[in-house]
Amino acid sequence: MQVGLTHFLIVSAILFSLGLYGVITRRNAILVLMGVELILNSANINFIAFSKYGGMKLDGQAAAVFVIILAAAEAAVALAIVLNIYQRFKTVNVDEISKMKE
Amino acid sequence: MYDLIFYFFALITLGSGAVVVFSKNIIYSAFSLLFTFFGVAGIYVLLNADFLAVTQLLIYVGGILVLLLFGVMLTNKVIDVELKTGTLQTVPASMIVAATAGVLCGVFYITDWRIVPSTMEMNATTAELGNMFMTTWLLPFEIASVVLLVALVGAAMIARKDKSMQN
Repeated sequence: MQVGLTHFLIVSAILFSLGLYGVITRRNAILVLMGVELILNSANINFIAFSKYGGMKLDGQAAAVFVIILAAAEAAVALAIVLNIYQRFKTVNVDEISKMKE
Repeated sequence: MYDLIFYFFALITLGSGAVVVFSKNIIYSAFSLLFTFFGVAGIYVLLNADFLAVTQLLIYVGGILVLLLFGVMLTNKVIDVELKTGTLQTVPASMIVAATAGVLCGVFYITDWRIVPSTMEMNATTAELGNMFMTTWLLPFEIASVVLLVALVGAAMIARKDKSMQN
């Protein structure tokens, strides 16, 4: 069977599921962030696959560039928040951080 | 040949993605994330997205991964405690994720996608993308630059130590 659109979509679906599993199950906040990165990458694969096979020229690739930009901004802000949480609570396990205010 | 390369990169991506999610050691997770990003970049090349593949390597591998590694090193006591991390609610999570994966793969497989025969050849996409960012996508492009500036200032502001809280 020739590799086509469906193959790329299924790879991205499995990558999305892996990322979702990481986000749900991991206790460490940084591993949750890694799961989010996997999800964003799977969305990007979809955008670019439809850009090639859906006859959208380069519009899908332009959208993917914006996803990468937002992922970079998200990683920077999220890491800053995680570092701040570590200073306050001395842990980054998301299940132990339940107080909004000390 | 194309199929072989696709399966190679898909295997790299999904295999190291599984290591990221299932590994007990956070350092192993961080480094296999590197291979996941490489695999995704290879998939981008297969989809005629050469500029995006290079961008992926520059931003994800050069930026985000280094940032995540800094996060790992700064928030774990590397020397005292082993870098094991626990998991929560694995059984319900795996059921939900298996259901999600099944539904997604089923929908992707069943749907009769309207595939337009690709008119673009394997040309370099960089010049055309640059033109699009300066014409069609100009407003989102400028907003993205503002978002990046705000994120930069905000991250520096959040991460610094608050002097008034120390007393």
